[in-house]
Amino acid sequence: MLTAETATDWLHRFAEKINENKAYLSELDSAIGDGDHGSNMARGVAAMEEKLAAGGFATVQDVLKTAAMALLGKVGGASGPLYGSALIAMAKQAGENEQDVAAIVKAGLEGIQKRGKAEKGEKTMVDVWMPACEALASGSLTKETIQSAVEATKEMKATKGRASYLGERSIGHLDPGAVSSGYLFEALLEGGILDE
Amino acid sequence: MSKKPVGIVIVSHIPEIAAGLATLLKEAAKDVSITYAGGTDDGGVGTSFDKMNAAIAENEADDLFAFYDLGSAKMNLEMAMEMSDKYIRLMDTAFVESAYTAAALIQADAELEEILKQLEPLKVK
Repeated sequence: MLTAETATDWLHRFAEKINENKAYLSELDSAIGDGDHGSNMARGVAAMEEKLAAGGFATVQDVLKTAAMALLGKVGGASGPLYGSALIAMAKQAGENEQDVAAIVKAGLEGIQKRGKAEKGEKTMVDVWMPACEALASGSLTKETIQSAVEATKEMKATKGRASYLGERSIGHLDPGAVSSGYLFEALLEGGILDE
Repeated sequence: MSKKPVGIVIVSHIPEIAAGLATLLKEAAKDVSITYAGGTDDGGVGTSFDKMNAAIAENEADDLFAFYDLGSAKMNLEMAMEMSDKYIRLMDTAFVESAYTAAALIQADAELEEILKQLEPLKVK
């Protein structure tokens, strides 16, 4: 069940995964971008953890909004406004109904698309958020669903974001934003929020 | 010295590029309020939402042209714009050339319509 407490735990697990894979994310980004996705995200989640550590959040909305502002202010790359927009939209939806995780994540996807204008198949984080949304809606989100969505970005040609400057040369590399988004959904699963 | 009613905001991933472009523009536009945000909060390569908010707030004009270098700067700018009361025109134009064009024309008291018309062919993104 999603509560202020489990939402905090979810984001904490996400932060741990980002920190553990900081070098890997930057390495992926070096291949097709500017090589800073790991360090940018690590800086963002550090700020987020600091804010969340204060605790005392009454609602899921409060937790998500606090995380949004920390990431927005501190990530420093395209991922800042993208994750920030996702979490702001999720916070808003959680204000309507904090039990419906599928609806909250769907609002996050819409926030990302509104900000970054990416569609399906453009080798971006959207390629993980979209299948994750669909799986959540049908109650079938698994680690395999997430990993296959992440893996599918490898053969895509980037047409949005910094990797799009590389055109055909972006093929054959995982999209770093898709990988970090995968961590967010794995953290959701591991946090037990979806368990009955 | 009274400033022009229209100002310019410059956003770059690199502190020196933002500051350097502002210096270039001031050569042609000494009475135009020009503010900039360059790099991350700790001066690294990237963009900072907080620095953008500050550049928008500190600009003496309420009517602004915003010029940026690469895409992620644009997304941060859009978020900062949504949170500001100022009227901001986000320009998808060649960074240096178009900012210089706008600065020179604002200094010369050109009509906004004329400025936008001159910037139109410089749209590159």
